[in-house]
Amino acid sequence: MAAKKSIPVRKIAPESGPVAKNARTWKFGDNIDTDAIIPGRFLTINNPDELAKHAFEGTRDEYAKKVKPGDVIVGGRNFGCGSSREHAPLALVGGGVKVVVARSFARIFFRNSINVGVLPVVCPDADKIADGAAIRLDIKEGFIEADNKKYAIEPVPEFMQGIIDAGGLVEYAKGLKETPACTR
Amino acid sequence: MSATIVEKIFSRKCGKEIRAGEVVMAPLDGAMIHDITGPLAIQKFYEMGGKKVFDPKRIIMLFDHQIPADSIEAANNHVYMRKFAFEQDIHNYDINEGVCHQVTIEKGRAAPGEIVVGADSHTCMYGATGAFATGIGSTDMGFALKFGALYFKVPETIRAEVSGKFPRRVGAKDLILAIAHDIGADGATYKAIEFTGKIVRKLDMAGRMTLCNMAIEMGGKAGIVAPDKITWEYMKGRRKMKPFELDSDPDATFAEKRSYDVSDLEPQVAVPHNVDTGVPVSKVAGTHVDQVFIGSCTNGRFEDLKEAAEVLGKKKFSPKIRTIIIPASRDEYLKTLKAGLIEKFVKAGALVEAPCCGPCMGGAFGLIAPGEVSLSTSNRNFKGRQGSTDGKVYLCSPATAAASAITGEITDPREV
Ligand code: SF4
Repeated sequence: MAAKKSIPVRKIAPESGPVAKNARTWKFGDNIDTDAIIPGRFLTINNPDELAKHAFEGTRDEYAKKVKPGDVIVGGRNFGCGSSREHAPLALVGGGVKVVVARSFARIFFRNSINVGVLPVVCPDADKIADGAAIRLDIKEGFIEADNKKYAIEPVPEFMQGIIDAGGLVEYAKGLKETPACTR
Repeated sequence: MSATIVEKIFSRKCGKEIRAGEVVMAPLDGAMIHDITGPLAIQKFYEMGGKKVFDPKRIIMLFDHQIPADSIEAANNHVYMRKFAFEQDIHNYDINEGVCHQVTIEKGRAAPGEIVVGADSHTCMYGATGAFATGIGSTDMGFALKFGALYFKVPETIRAEVSGKFPRRVGAKDLILAIAHDIGADGATYKAIEFTGKIVRKLDMAGRMTLCNMAIEMGGKAGIVAPDKITWEYMKGRRKMKPFELDSDPDATFAEKRSYDVSDLEPQVAVPHNVDTGVPVSKVAGTHVDQVFIGSCTNGRFEDLKEAAEVLGKKKFSPKIRTIIIPASRDEYLKTLKAGLIEKFVKAGALVEAPCCGPCMGGAFGLIAPGEVSLSTSNRNFKGRQGSTDGKVYLCSPATAAASAITGEITDPREV
């Protein structure tokens, strides 16, 4: 039997678990930038619930009103490009989104997401997933199922796993007395 | 063993050979926080159990995005940060100095061979000094403030070699818009971009900053220029350091090598709504604009404003549009003032503001209405970046911006 691609994600989505049941997708295109996720004029806000009220404002206005906990954002290439504002993944967290699936992610958004407890999932076939599709994630087995079709997903980089396991960077940092500099 | 400049920086800091792809917990030489991402970073620092920052002398704080406070929320964020600076003994430049990246470099807070982080994506600009500098989010910054270290995956390097001779009125901004078009909005994701070659060696620090500033627009983790005489000259009076050799070995392993010849380069304009859409100005000449903004960390330096003033000559800015000019920092403001350019701009009909981010982020003032068009020397033209999502932002050089501000439509700076 072929070895399964196992992606052990444990505590990043403690409320809903890594598998989003009965969730729907919100589909976006390529190069969705952080200005689209949360426009600059709302950056004085630091509270995720408040930020969520303005998520995708001007880009997709019905999103903030209709998003439900467990819903999944699906993007194309280079999702989250642009600014380093952590307000972007926080605006998703505030709406109960724990997972973003995309063909590829911009670097800072990818890292910020993991740090604040949103799981960025790389799926080369993300473009095939429809808007509003019923989506189920099986991170352990390494696939997502959207409208009954299965798509493979890539494992999270190894060095991020410790942070995911801890439940985000804050929790990870709490357990650290010091950082052994230049350790690998 | 041959290495890229980025690999050498990490190796030097850690006292052992480190190569691209390795993950290290690297010690930090500096960290920068500003009024937008700072409050969250401080909050995260406390949530992590932080009590004292790792080294107050290595941290720089300033406010630039929403200054003077444009809302009660912004004022509150400033109060929160001031208190933190006071309690932690961090130097706070407050609202007095200008745009974070310009100030960080000016104050000598980034230097050749150092590793510096900033809670802002354009932190990659410090690579102009030969530092490895990268933008991080607030939680990473909370961690950095607490521990003075951060884990990095050491990036591979794309080497961009630039040769030729800049035609008249064509410069660093046109070059970087052309490079962004070539590499693409995500072509350098997780990589560093090293700018080198005859043209880069001749570029002043202002031009090098413009190049490195926009590395992130290709997804780059860092932009970098190997330090040389120009760099060390610039560092004088800012940092006490003895010049040393730091450059990529010619036979180092690069992700890619790309070469560019600027001899035939036309002024470039990035069209809405992505940065990698650069076209020669002739393709969009005649496009009506409502607002022209000359400023930002990309192009708000004295050299940029001087270029704009040269294009302006004895002409006036079109009264039909708004021309907003903002020097990037107090130093740049003073240089511009002393050269008589502020007066010139004001008399020509521009609104000149005190150093800050201004309309660049669409957070404070200078926002555009639905249907309006902004032409800007900044670095991003995303939908809604400067106000309404039904507005449009074009990006260009200070010369093209000035020429267009005279005519009220996108104009080739070689033709005014
Ligand atoms: S000038 Fe623009 S890009 Fe630069 S730091 Fe300010 S908002 Fe960011």
